[in-house]
Amino acid sequence: MPGHFVGLRVFAALANDSIFKTAVWNTFVYTGVTTVFKLALGLWLALLLNRHFRGKAVTRAFVLLPFIIPTVLSTFAWKWMFDPTFSVINWSLFRLGLIHGRINWLSDPTLAMVSVMIVNVWRGVPFYAISLLAGLQTINPELHEAAAIDGARPWQRFWHVTWPLLLPVTMVVVLFSIIQTFADFQLVYVLTGGGPANSTQLFSTYAYQIGVGTGLLSQGAAISLAMFPVLLIVVIVQLLYIRRVETH
Amino acid sequence: MIEGARWRRWVYFYIPLGVFVFVLLFPFYWMMVTTVRPDNELYRPWMAPNYTPFWTLHPTLDHIKFLLNETLFNTWMLNTLIISIAATVISLFCGLLAGYALSRLKFPLAGGLGTGIFVTYLVPQTLLFIPLADIIRNFRLGDTPWSLILTYPTFLIPFCTWLLMGYFKAIPKELEECARIDGATRWKAMLYIIFPIAVPGILSAGIFAFTLSWNEFIYALVFLSSPEEKTVPVGVTSELIRGDVFFWGPLMAGALLGSIPVALIYSFFVEHYVAGLTGSVKG
Repeated sequence: MPGHFVGLRVFAALANDSIFKTAVWNTFVYTGVTTVFKLALGLWLALLLNRHFRGKAVTRAFVLLPFIIPTVLSTFAWKWMFDPTFSVINWSLFRLGLIHGRINWLSDPTLAMVSVMIVNVWRGVPFYAISLLAGLQTINPELHEAAAIDGARPWQRFWHVTWPLLLPVTMVVVLFSIIQTFADFQLVYVLTGGGPANSTQLFSTYAYQIGVGTGLLSQGAAISLAMFPVLLIVVIVQLLYIRRVETH
Repeated sequence: MIEGARWRRWVYFYIPLGVFVFVLLFPFYWMMVTTVRPDNELYRPWMAPNYTPFWTLHPTLDHIKFLLNETLFNTWMLNTLIISIAATVISLFCGLLAGYALSRLKFPLAGGLGTGIFVTYLVPQTLLFIPLADIIRNFRLGDTPWSLILTYPTFLIPFCTWLLMGYFKAIPKELEECARIDGATRWKAMLYIIFPIAVPGILSAGIFAFTLSWNEFIYALVFLSSPEEKTVPVGVTSELIRGDVFFWGPLMAGALLGSIPVALIYSFFVEHYVAGLTGSVKG
């Protein structure tokens, strides 16, 4: 079926689509918040795993599981854990005395976004931790010893020795993860499907809803293509950064 | 190691690490418990006094039996296996040749092509699924395994090429040059000298590609429609839910059994996985 050229008309229509604007905002919030948490927790876990302790290899292997197991399947376990009536999370919080009634994790607009973010962080932390751990292992331990002899406190040693040396790896991991998170689909599709009331709608879920659910192929394609400029900027930053590190 | 008193070690090391491990693994434990939990316990509200979340006193295999006998789960497993293996083999073959060429041969634009491969590898599937759906329809491949076997390489080939390029670059050129001086053709040198040395890299690329195919969701969701053609992630998502009713027991059993192949391969090749993971993000 040959089409005809409509110029930028489909994109222009998107500018007036309020759900599209919500999806754009949500995607930025989702990516921003989860990236900060994934980096902080992932770095923490990497530092813990970088120590010598019994069962290190086994722990490292188990820690990576959330990243290896098919996302859709593990997300179902989360969906079941978030179920308001049968939730083990609600039960635990109730037993600890932190809540008094039930929490509707996935049907409250704000909490739905929080839930989706929790699962994304859960899935992403192992990736950060293992990648950063590989970076940590390339840092010469003598540098730490030298700093310790010079009287640097643990926090100072981290900030002035570890962090600057780890920065190149961190940058690459973060940029890589931003691309993945920005284009995330499966997790949200399973947990909330973009709802309730589009509160967790992202670029990809909205593109799917319009392009496949409603069958408006060109509108759907326009929505997912709207991700492109952002991804392009991230990729360019990444390429420039890699080049700079390589030439130094 | 942390210096100082024993309690400091607990506060700064054991407790945080324990919490991390617990949170990261709990959903899998929850999957297992739910799989063997009988229905009357499964649908007991958490406010009920006899709610026992962390264990079950009457483990049952009913959900697994239901999954294996009453649903097309076996077919989905087989579909996923065939598709993943086929896509991995194609991608590995192309990735080996492309990775070798880009890292060893001198030709115009070699550097630019390498960067191009990297950029292609970064393009997420969610950006491409609608245009690809159109192509699949035009070739009348919709609802066949070919729709996935031929589209998975679009992200697997760049991935394999990128990873293998890194491995090939690390192999000293002198090895190959020695073989060439002794009269081997470039083809022979590649086949008998370079590829055997790169076996760990090839293994990393292969198992990672297999896992990526096994886990892939959006293409399979969009390109396949009949229940008997589906892959595990899509079959579990779409066939074990009727309207608003979730069959939680079989769903969790499906999630558990569907994860086993990947978990098994992972357990055998942890080091290769980690190498693939760290190699794939390296510039």
